[in-house]
Amino acid sequence: MPGYNARYPRNTLTTMYSPDQDYAPSRLKALLWRLRLDPILVAGLLALLVLSSLILFSASDQNNAVVLRQITRFAFAFTVMFAIARLGTHTLYLWTPTLYVLSLLLLLAVLVFGASGKGAQRWLDLGLIRFQPSELMKLAMPMMMAFFFAERRMPPSMRDIAMAFALVLIPTFLIYKQPDLGTALLVASSGLVVIFLAGLRWRTLLLIVATFAASAPVLWHFMHDYQRRRILTFIKPESDPLGAGYHILQSKIALGSGGFYGRGWLQGTQSQLNFLPEQTTDFIFSVYGEEFGLLGVLTLFSVYLLLVLRGFYIAWNAQDSYGRLLAASISMTFFIYFFVNVGMVSGLLPVVGVPLPLISYGGSSMVTLMAGFGILMAIQSERRLLTK
Amino acid sequence: MMHSSDLKDINLEQALFNARILALLILILGLVVLLAWRMFELQVAQHSHYTTLSRHNSLRLRPLPPTRGLIYARQGELIADNRPTFRLELVPAEVDNLANTLQRLSHILTLSDDEIARFQKQRSRSLPTAAVPLKLNLSEAEVARFHLEKRHFPGVRLSTANTRVYPAGAALAHVLGYVGRINEQDLQRIVAANYQGTTHIGKTGIERYYETQLHGITGVARDEVDAQGRRIRTLEQQAPRMGRSLVLSIDLELQRLARSLLSEQSGAIVAMDPRNGEILALVSAPDFDPNLFVGGISYKAYAKLRDNPERPLFNRVLQGQYPPGSTIKPLTGLAGLEAQTIDFHQKMFAAGYYQIPNDARKYRDWRAGGHGWIDMDAAIAQSSDVYFYDLAYQLGIDTLSPFYARFGLGRKTGVDLPGEARGLIPSRGWKRGRYKQPWFPGDTLITGIGQGYMLATPLQLAKMTSCIAMRGRCPLPTLRKHPHPDAEPAQTQTPTITLKDPAHWDDIITAMEHVMQAPNGTAHASGADAAYRIAGKTGTSQVFGLKEGQKYDADTLPRKLRDHALFIGFAPVEAPRIAVAVVVEHGGHGSSAAAPKARQLMDAWLQRPLSAQHPDNDVQP
Repeated sequence: MPGYNARYPRNTLTTMYSPDQDYAPSRLKALLWRLRLDPILVAGLLALLVLSSLILFSASDQNNAVVLRQITRFAFAFTVMFAIARLGTHTLYLWTPTLYVLSLLLLLAVLVFGASGKGAQRWLDLGLIRFQPSELMKLAMPMMMAFFFAERRMPPSMRDIAMAFALVLIPTFLIYKQPDLGTALLVASSGLVVIFLAGLRWRTLLLIVATFAASAPVLWHFMHDYQRRRILTFIKPESDPLGAGYHILQSKIALGSGGFYGRGWLQGTQSQLNFLPEQTTDFIFSVYGEEFGLLGVLTLFSVYLLLVLRGFYIAWNAQDSYGRLLAASISMTFFIYFFVNVGMVSGLLPVVGVPLPLISYGGSSMVTLMAGFGILMAIQSERRLLTK
Repeated sequence: MMHSSDLKDINLEQALFNARILALLILILGLVVLLAWRMFELQVAQHSHYTTLSRHNSLRLRPLPPTRGLIYARQGELIADNRPTFRLELVPAEVDNLANTLQRLSHILTLSDDEIARFQKQRSRSLPTAAVPLKLNLSEAEVARFHLEKRHFPGVRLSTANTRVYPAGAALAHVLGYVGRINEQDLQRIVAANYQGTTHIGKTGIERYYETQLHGITGVARDEVDAQGRRIRTLEQQAPRMGRSLVLSIDLELQRLARSLLSEQSGAIVAMDPRNGEILALVSAPDFDPNLFVGGISYKAYAKLRDNPERPLFNRVLQGQYPPGSTIKPLTGLAGLEAQTIDFHQKMFAAGYYQIPNDARKYRDWRAGGHGWIDMDAAIAQSSDVYFYDLAYQLGIDTLSPFYARFGLGRKTGVDLPGEARGLIPSRGWKRGRYKQPWFPGDTLITGIGQGYMLATPLQLAKMTSCIAMRGRCPLPTLRKHPHPDAEPAQTQTPTITLKDPAHWDDIITAMEHVMQAPNGTAHASGADAAYRIAGKTGTSQVFGLKEGQKYDADTLPRKLRDHALFIGFAPVEAPRIAVAVVVEHGGHGSSAAAPKARQLMDAWLQRPLSAQHPDNDVQP
């Protein structure tokens, strides 16, 4: 990949301005910088870990083992993040197409080998570890899209946009076929964000949205009866009183009865009496809202907002198109995670199986999310190293 | 020189990017404000409302499983019934210490690891307040013991539930299939919400094919519960809707007769009404008792069925693929008439073997001395191989394969049972793809007499026979009784197979009649004394190929290597009401092992008055 470093006259921009040199770094901060860890991101992530441990203890009927496992996972995920942060964007850039193609092949492998297995197969059994290629695609997708547009003129031509859509839609379709609609939507949105950031014209955007809206009845026509029923339940949970509708009502009761100050840690009756479904995973926010109230909720929102805004700050200041697009896409996807989960449990959005990022119990998505933060840190330290 | 617009304008790009970032930031802040507003609304504005709801959160939903639709046989006999039995259920939310409770329960009744594993799996996908079945079909002793101890087991209760019973047992195993406990695989093909209270689902056969109709729609009860979660009263309920009941076309008496005909052998019998495709009897032998599977078959019993070399779980009618042998000869003959390669009455000399010009290899006839000067009529009646070797050679595989395909061979018949096999019609393209070999003229010869690569299921043979009986009006085989006995769709619809000269149908049917009636017809012993006119064809399908010059001697061969005996036929010739296909595995000759069985079935069916064949007993669910 010749000329990656040579092509961008980045020094002209960056030597003029460097905010991080303005304040005297503390020792801890200096150490973090040396390790290429962004102090603000690290602080936010640790805050989420603390909140996650607290609420998991409550939601799991005070099960120490669950909390311990979550902390162990976090430690592992943190190591992954640390390793990626040290890689440097150049390495990431060079490996991007390989990673994308590899993820694509693994997704195909899951579909092929999954066909003989039973039903939905998202895992690939590699002997020692079981591993979900769609998680890898969550990283590979924004990287590939940033790679694609980094070398191209922006705003992009129609041809480039068409190619970019193909790059987004092929893996999305493969994940959708697994079937895993939630992940497919997240992967698609992480790619579409990059197309938007690359300068997709508003006009074109409107046109695409309109086309999708127009093709919906045609798709509907070709669907099986049971598929239609699933979609109706998705839009109108009341039509499924035993499933989603009941869950949402119980979740709203939990949140609403929390009030401003909350009912106190371990005091939420909705969660402690098991009225809530999947209360350690998808519905953990309801437990949190019941026990910590609006005050706790706004605190949590602030931590998420801090992480997202820091991500955008890193994107804004990144040295090149690749870093800019990638950082912005990762931050935006993290926000979408958060928004979809909270929107779902508070009854604003239909029920999709999306966990609350870094708070919900579960391992594979945590590693992916933390790896994403590792990439953000790599982009951030690139700039710092250059400006020194 | 590069065009200036091909170069990246860094400053312009950065400005564009920053504008987009700002747009996203505005979107994010807007959405966060939306969420915050929503939380304020729930937690502050409507706080007292939800607090009240929470304090009185006494509403629990309980799924009410529907009653599974019943299944009746043709004459109205109940062949799939629901019987109330006791089961033990557990409500996880009402049990303090689940592991301890299960441990103590196992002291008063036996709980297998399998039952506990199933319970845990189902528990993980139901509401904590929903009752999850722990043990089905409790014995009276177990019910009594639990009654004595039940105050020590809060959250555990007895309930009655319907259990599927198949009164006809093994006789209908391959028709009805059976229901079994829902597993992970089943969950992929159903709407889980509608199965919340359901424990069983159709696994094979009719039970599986018509699962959606048979299952019904789950209802909901809204229960008021106290602080411990015990039900106080039911506030309202939306009743479940029972599944639809089905009436099958199977005639139980004929089915039992067909089964008894195969009691000592393995094989398949299928009898069909050629006019509308209604299947009157469908037997695959050996079979098994489907009732074993309903309560959860033990691993040992299952392994015994699975490892039985005669494969009782295998539905030979749908899935058994056999070389059709000489039963294909009427089609080969018809193909010759259609292509005008040969005339029905044109004679040729059929020696004891056939040779392709300029080829030393001898293709033997089953009769060592040959049949002498014969026309097609005699060739079918006596089942001459040499006559059809010659005809197949003249026609060529490119004419034969498509002609066979017109009778539905090589593809699924579309019967309403799951798991049907396709069969196989060989062709040049198929052989190149499968064996990377060209097609040899010798392949055509053995295809023309139904040996070699060609495969058909007994159901395909029955359908093919119906096509001939109805002179091209092929019926769609079905196991559901047609609601109106007068409506005979196949008879009124336009033919699916049209011949250039419809008189050729009569030629072939005449020849098939001579199989049964002519003194030297191969099934003369089974057909000559019939009170009605039968058309048929015997067949023998080779299990292993004889080397050139080798002689087949059934007595010295082990049973597993003996030929399969086949027979196809229909009656009465002038107005067909029954078409039969019989395969007796390793039975030897079609004339001796298969044809007499078909004759018995035809006798039993045709000697019945017409009104008894088409009872007007529509069940209205």
